[in-house]
Amino acid sequence: MSGSTVIFYLLAALTLVSGLLAVTTRMIFRAAIYLLFSLIGIAGLYFWMQYEFIAAVQIVVYVGGIVVLIIFSIFLTQQAGDELPKQKMGRQLFSALAAFCGLALVMLQLYKHDFIKTSSPAIEPTVANIGNQMLGVDKSGYALPFEVVSILLLAALIGCIVIALKSKPETK
Amino acid sequence: MIEPGLYHLLFISAALFFIGVYGFFTRRNLVTMLMSVELILNSVNLNFIAFNKYLWPNKLDGVFFTIFIIAIAAAEAAVAIAIIINLYRSHHSIDVENAEEMKF
Repeated sequence: MSGSTVIFYLLAALTLVSGLLAVTTRMIFRAAIYLLFSLIGIAGLYFWMQYEFIAAVQIVVYVGGIVVLIIFSIFLTQQAGDELPKQKMGRQLFSALAAFCGLALVMLQLYKHDFIKTSSPAIEPTVANIGNQMLGVDKSGYALPFEVVSILLLAALIGCIVIALKSKPETK
Repeated sequence: MIEPGLYHLLFISAALFFIGVYGFFTRRNLVTMLMSVELILNSVNLNFIAFNKYLWPNKLDGVFFTIFIIAIAAAEAAVAIAIIINLYRSHHSIDVENAEEMKF
């Protein structure tokens, strides 16, 4: 058992346990903090797989952006110390059963299937390789989806401003 | 403990996905439902990266899908929070049970 294995299991436990706590705790602010730790665990798994660029993007966008946005919206919309109302027992039981059955089904199918690995030589997921292919216009380039996503981000930006605008009272 | 491989990562990804599904079913607060959606999106990203690393290391397609999913998730979270805050202004609550004018 090497150090890498131990680190993998620690990261997996951090991700799953804090993910589980994030959906079960009744304190909404704590749920946001547990979500933060779960996302950091996933970034750690990306580091463990040596996809450093994706791990950096994960930390910058999720941990630095989305979680902060969620915490701000919690501050704006509720009292941070309040507990959420208790859910009906039947709904919790049914949801847990549905999630567990789904997981069992997926895992059963996964272990029956054996994946075939490609034999071509690996290419490193370095920033240079990613950038060249991201903006390439040849057969395997991703320039068009890149542009589409930039339009989507612009649309989301304008949409957020329009939604958040306070409507002025009608002037006659 | 055995050496971790593709199946371990797929198990983590599937477990995280169904944790997110459980949260989406049980929560009745819009912000916590958004958190569950983020967990689901992250499990999908982890799946793409695991397949890219273990099955097709000669391509970078999984990396691109992950980057695009992260970008779209950020846009989605921003719009969703704008809508939630607007809903709070008009209803003084972000519980889904209290916002049912458009239900029927």
